[in-house]
Amino acid sequence: MSRSVLLKTFGVLIVGALIFLPLTLNRYGIYIMSLWAIMTIAAMGLNLTLGYAGQVSLAQGAFVGLGAYTVAIMMSAGFGFWLPLLIAIVITFAVGWLLGYPALRVQHHYLAFVTLAFSTLVFLVFRNEEWLTKGIYGIMGFKRPSAFGVSFQKPIEFYYFTLGALALASAFMAWLVRSPWGRAFVALRENPVRALSLGVDTRRYTLMAFAIGSAMGGFSGALYAPLVEFVDPTPFTLALSLNLLMMVIVGGSGFFFGPFLGAAIGVLLPEWLRFAHGWYLTIYALFVMILLIKTPTGILGIIENMIAARKTRAASAARAAASAGLDKV
Amino acid sequence: MTRTLMEVQGIRKKFGGITAVDGVSFEVREGEILGIIGPNGCGKSTLFNCILGQLPPTEGKVMLDGDDVTGLRPSAMNRRGVSRTFQLLQVFPQLSVRENLVLAGQEHKGTMFTRLFGPRDAGLTPDANQMIEFFRLGHLAEEKAGGLSYGQQKLLDAAMAFMAGPRMVLLDEPAGGVNLTMLGHLEERLRAMNTERGATFVVIEHNMDFVMRLCTRVVVLAEGKKIAEGTPAEVRANQAVIDAYLGH
Repeated sequence: MSRSVLLKTFGVLIVGALIFLPLTLNRYGIYIMSLWAIMTIAAMGLNLTLGYAGQVSLAQGAFVGLGAYTVAIMMSAGFGFWLPLLIAIVITFAVGWLLGYPALRVQHHYLAFVTLAFSTLVFLVFRNEEWLTKGIYGIMGFKRPSAFGVSFQKPIEFYYFTLGALALASAFMAWLVRSPWGRAFVALRENPVRALSLGVDTRRYTLMAFAIGSAMGGFSGALYAPLVEFVDPTPFTLALSLNLLMMVIVGGSGFFFGPFLGAAIGVLLPEWLRFAHGWYLTIYALFVMILLIKTPTGILGIIENMIAARKTRAASAARAAASAGLDKV
Repeated sequence: MTRTLMEVQGIRKKFGGITAVDGVSFEVREGEILGIIGPNGCGKSTLFNCILGQLPPTEGKVMLDGDDVTGLRPSAMNRRGVSRTFQLLQVFPQLSVRENLVLAGQEHKGTMFTRLFGPRDAGLTPDANQMIEFFRLGHLAEEKAGGLSYGQQKLLDAAMAFMAGPRMVLLDEPAGGVNLTMLGHLEERLRAMNTERGATFVVIEHNMDFVMRLCTRVVVLAEGKKIAEGTPAEVRANQAVIDAYLGH
């Protein structure tokens, strides 16, 4: 069986599992699967900013929060779901664009601290600006969306809604990273000085990487709000940003499927480990630590290294065979 | 008489109390290969960086086709048809050879937004393939640039500088670290670019034989100042140049 047939079969099996497996799960299981889809979208956005364009951000959780609050505030004010969703994407795109400006002046851990400060600032706004966010009491009283007469109120219906959103976000991301912009983002990550000398407008691409990545975070947050039907500041602390960062790195930073795998480890693995009762978080933490020590390039990085090693072995064998043939002549 | 493409007028660059480049002037004529030579630390690379907007000059002007382009960003200089290579290798290791070349040309195709909605390769695959063949990298087209040998990466680096069809290419030590076979190949390809496509070059180089063979005119720097200018034969016979290289 060729590699491409094997990959296609694997892909069909995964998609089939995502469609049919939740039918066998209870409410909590379906909630966790929906959360996985939503966090994958947020991690995908961070993967664009960090993995493809090389810009460190500790603010992705804040953008998820901005998206969630925008939808919660507008829906509880009587708007439907679709306009708040659009506004959430536009707001997070614009704020992400502005957050990109410091990246034009500082890089690496300095940039990490700038984004960390932004994340803290956003959390403080969520907690303290009660007139808008209702502070620690949170916002409730809004429902899940419906479209074209189809309701997404039940957990399984909303799960399929989030799965559809994930498919849409994935198609968008696949198109973006394979476009000339995707190539420019990689150039920005690998060698900004050379990229600049080749005519790449590194300023605009840096801002765009932040803006699009943040808008993906906002999109994810806009789905998170109707999932839990209650929004308060607690989920949007720095911990969420760090968790999303971990998902991107563990899955494989700069790999298209990295966020899918990373979100599975970040969201699903702790649940699978619940059989260990009080030890499950300890086992989870140890697993992640060992994984990162053994594979700093993430899980997909190991697979790529294995493929590269196999190619090198095949090339060496071909060279050896060719020189053996020459010797005979 | 050949047209003047670029005029460098009295470029001075100071870093605190140190003057790295001290009032250097010269012109680059269309279709020529101009060499810039000088001992280590004489300011050659700093001069390149000032010309190409990587560093703002403290004083002086850079004129391109009669327009003042002093201090323009490197991306803007590139879009005006001035391309460069670097002293240290500057390819994108995670991209394939072909993708490196497509990237090197794509920013010259339309605007940022039309590129997003245009073809994935910005319509540059035929040009990239032609460049791959020209630099004889055909067997490596799909390989990641990071996996190539040093000499092959140098060739790719040079090929990238030509992808956008520049009017002028500044090569910073193209022969550095390249073995003799690869150097001969590189020299032959640069010469072919010059004669077949009319490309104009400015070459910074330590390898005197390479410069004297390749260049039609040479500018010599010492301690940040221009000390001589002329044909390779004139420069070789110049006493100030001999002193600068061999000491008094």
